[in-house]
Amino acid sequence: MGAAPSASAEVRELEGKTGFSSEQIEQLHRRFKQLSGDQPTIRNLRKGPRGLAEEINFEDFLTIMSYFRPIDVTMGEEHVTQSRKEKLRFLFHMYDSDSDGRITLEEYRNVVEELLSGNPHIEKESARSIADGAMMEAASVCVGQMEPDQVYDGITFEDFLKIWQGIDIETKMHVRFLNMETIALCH
Amino acid sequence: MLRAALPLLGLPLAGAGAAEEPSQEPGSPGEPPPGLALFRWQWHEVEAPYLVALWILVASLAKIVFHLSRKVTSVVPESCLLILLGLVLGGIVLAVAKKAEYQLEPGTFFLFLLPPIVLDSGYFMPSRLFFDNLGAILTYAVVGTLWNAFTTGAALWGLQQAGLVAPRVQAGLLDFLLFGSLISAVDPVAVLAVFEEVHVNETLFIIVFGESLLNDAVTVVLYKVCNSFVEMGPANVQATDYLKGVASLFVVSLGGAAVGLVFAFLLALTTRFTKRVRIIEPLLVFLLAYAAYLTAEMASLSAILAVTMCGLGCKKYVEANISHKSRTAVKYTMKTLASCAETVIFMLLGISAVDSSKWAWDSGLVLGTLFFILFFRALGVVLQTWMLNQFRLVPLDKIDQVVMSYGGLRGAVAFALVILLDRTKVPAKDYFVATTIVVVFFTVIVQGLTIKPLVKWLKVKRSEHHKPTLNQELHEHTFDHILAAVEDVVGHHGYHYWRDRWEQFDKKYLSQLLMRRSAYRIRDQIWDVYYRLNIRDAISFVDQGGHVLSSAGLTLPSMPSRNSMAETSVTNLLRESGSGACLDLQVIDTVRSGRDREDAVMHHLLCGGLYKPRRRYKASCSRHFISEDAQERQDKEIFQQNMKRRLESFKSTKHNICLTKSKPRPRKAGRKKKDGVANAEFTNGKPRDLGFPDTAAVILTVESEDEEESDSSETEKEDDEGIIFVARATSEVLQEGKVSGSLEVCPSPRIIPPSPTCAEKELPWKSGQADLAVYVSSETTKIVPVDMQTGWNQSISSLESLASPPCTQPPTLTRLLPHPLGAEEPQAPPDLSPDPRTSFAFPPSLAKAGRSRSESSADISQRQELQPLMGHKDHTHLSPGTANSHWCIQFNRGGRL
Repeated sequence: MGAAPSASAEVRELEGKTGFSSEQIEQLHRRFKQLSGDQPTIRNLRKGPRGLAEEINFEDFLTIMSYFRPIDVTMGEEHVTQSRKEKLRFLFHMYDSDSDGRITLEEYRNVVEELLSGNPHIEKESARSIADGAMMEAASVCVGQMEPDQVYDGITFEDFLKIWQGIDIETKMHVRFLNMETIALCH
Repeated sequence: MLRAALPLLGLPLAGAGAAEEPSQEPGSPGEPPPGLALFRWQWHEVEAPYLVALWILVASLAKIVFHLSRKVTSVVPESCLLILLGLVLGGIVLAVAKKAEYQLEPGTFFLFLLPPIVLDSGYFMPSRLFFDNLGAILTYAVVGTLWNAFTTGAALWGLQQAGLVAPRVQAGLLDFLLFGSLISAVDPVAVLAVFEEVHVNETLFIIVFGESLLNDAVTVVLYKVCNSFVEMGPANVQATDYLKGVASLFVVSLGGAAVGLVFAFLLALTTRFTKRVRIIEPLLVFLLAYAAYLTAEMASLSAILAVTMCGLGCKKYVEANISHKSRTAVKYTMKTLASCAETVIFMLLGISAVDSSKWAWDSGLVLGTLFFILFFRALGVVLQTWMLNQFRLVPLDKIDQVVMSYGGLRGAVAFALVILLDRTKVPAKDYFVATTIVVVFFTVIVQGLTIKPLVKWLKVKRSEHHKPTLNQELHEHTFDHILAAVEDVVGHHGYHYWRDRWEQFDKKYLSQLLMRRSAYRIRDQIWDVYYRLNIRDAISFVDQGGHVLSSAGLTLPSMPSRNSMAETSVTNLLRESGSGACLDLQVIDTVRSGRDREDAVMHHLLCGGLYKPRRRYKASCSRHFISEDAQERQDKEIFQQNMKRRLESFKSTKHNICLTKSKPRPRKAGRKKKDGVANAEFTNGKPRDLGFPDTAAVILTVESEDEEESDSSETEKEDDEGIIFVARATSEVLQEGKVSGSLEVCPSPRIIPPSPTCAEKELPWKSGQADLAVYVSSETTKIVPVDMQTGWNQSISSLESLASPPCTQPPTLTRLLPHPLGAEEPQAPPDLSPDPRTSFAFPPSLAKAGRSRSESSADISQRQELQPLMGHKDHTHLSPGTANSHWCIQFNRGGRL
């Protein structure tokens, strides 16, 4: 993969997989090439500690981007819930950095710290306490009654879904892939 | 005429007011009265303000009356009722005075009544939502209004050409366009009044409401252009005039917005420097916003737009800068003014309609207008929505469109504009006035009445009002970042990208410039939510506490009886727990009689709900400064306490303790044991949200308070290190014992070790008074009778083996051997916290949290004031390692005893 997807069969396959139109795929491919410097893959330049992919090819790129497609509401209830779940799973993996199916306190803290890192005046400790509070809240939302010796050791995906209840992510998690002519070529 | 009408309403009150005046009268210079006038009537001097006050009073009273019946207000919107009331009042005035007297004067309306409403809506506009939907709002506001104005005007003209309008209505195409321009604008006041009661989903609301605010610019421009065209005469209008008309649209709207933003900037900048004159903060907000309005009006720009932008722009910075109290003051004043103005507007609308001399009826025109505005509104909405849906990723569905077209209410703006018309230039003015009145009444009353059932019937997505949660806030923030990042990756610089850029710019420059440094430092949305949640929890906790108190019908036990109770419980303990196996703390606690337990509940309620008695009162009486009073300090205490509690209960989650539904009840492990032995009535309370329905929950509070103190000790430590805690502790204890003999609030935390036992927490006075025996620690084991020592040891060892919260563990364990405790919890990641005191982890982080929080809202002076109060409690906790200090205290207590 990663070579020019001019072969229409290839494009069509991608279309089926990701739901993009061929136009969008072409545009995304142009962007991909721009980012990768005409290489077949984008390499991960930052040496991540663990679990980070070394490089991604165009298909991976498309797959990731396809999570940000708007939901087609006309497709019916089932489709909507399905894609909502997929989007949430994608988000969940962003939190779950060791991908063990749980967002542990530590992971959550890291996220919050990163979120607050923009403000140099908020100390790490307060970020932590926020994460702790959030975790506590998550526990109380997700696990109503626990056995005495039960431990709440992280947000599972089911819990994650529960937390996101009431936030209509399907209407928010999208990026305009239409009108991609406005791609900014300067970088 | 006024004189004729006034006796009706004014006299009784005026008489009452005047009766008090004579005492001042003699002093006033004037021509020497024939005698000393005991009573002088001076109606004319107070007439104008008196009338204004009276009208507002009548309107407010009417509001009260309406809301006496919930049934009526749930069906009929208040605006309808007010209009009807206005009609009735107008009728009465008309009947008495034979001539309609009061009415909505355009000058009054635009200069005094409209600004508060617009400011209120701009200031409290959910800005995120507004900007998220800005595209749609602008489309509807600009294109929609233009469309409505032209089509309605043209259609009416067509109607006239077709001969359906009586020929006595002398109007040309331009006149009809002028009329169309003023009748087409959706009115913010009416929309707000009706939509606030119909809780449609936020997107729909913001679109309709935003449109009604922003279309002002278009309305103003259209109205002015058409008006000047009419005045010039159709023959004299040249092509350049049309161009100028189009240009003026941009000038008026952008100019208005610019004026608003400039004033928002000024306002934010000014509030940055009001630290020493807090009292004028609310005033500044109103003054500068009003100045923005007047400035825009003066430059004949869109004043509504100016105030909206001013409110929208300044809010973030102003809220961060001004004090908490000023914030409340601003909020309430704004709401009061807006609601007052709205009430008066609707009432005056009703009254104005009575004045039949002003209008002339023409059925063709009225019915035609009604039909056209409804029809073209609907058509316009459908067309624009279709267009917008090509771009919108969340399309507006049919139901939304129905509500949007039906929610296009006309209101007082149209009425004021039509009154402003010049009769000599617009000969058909009277007909237009009548038509406008009918349109306004129809939309407000008929549509206002029916929109609620319609929304229900169509099953429009209502706004779900769920509490904001920390998780949600965090996720949404992450989400924004992710979206911005993805847009960046894709290379499409869309909305999220620019919002992200704006936020960064704001953070880097704008906030630094406009926010007080102390405010800027802790300014963060996530932190805000966290803070707010904590406050909310604290408040609900206090509320619950009060509730428990009243519902349980506890009587306040007098001091002696309580003493005896405590003693009996000790004897109970000694007598009954001879079987050493079950001698653990919980048993001791629960052996006590019900009365005693009530005492415990009571005590902890008071501990949690009351606050440390303040001995230092600053007798300050200044007009320019409001001293922060005890209430605020208490709020702060609740907050600290509560934060501690949240984290405490979280900690226990980690510590392998169960979590029941309610957050602050992680101590069930301890309770379970207790329940096993205790009587059946002492079961778990019903699950409550944040309540403290039973003793166990109360235990938690107190304990958290203890922790809080230990934390605050760390925060304060830096400041007053030199104080010798022994002396203070003793004096404190003694003093408290003497002074507040009956209900001293929580003396124990000052002298107990870091993690007190359950018994202590439940009956803290024990530790302060007689029974050190109840007190489980290495020291106290010595006091326990020898035959019970084995029992002690057993229970202690059993506690050790159990993975139990630090609360139930002997304090020596936690204090001296923090590491084994850490080993007890395999789940805890080893790298969780670097410092060795991980196991009862939160204090350091909390101390910081508490500190930065207190910096957030507290004045330094106030903190200093607090310090002695907070500092003295906890010198016991200064050094967990130094056993010396602990022993000192023990000695002290012994000595006292």
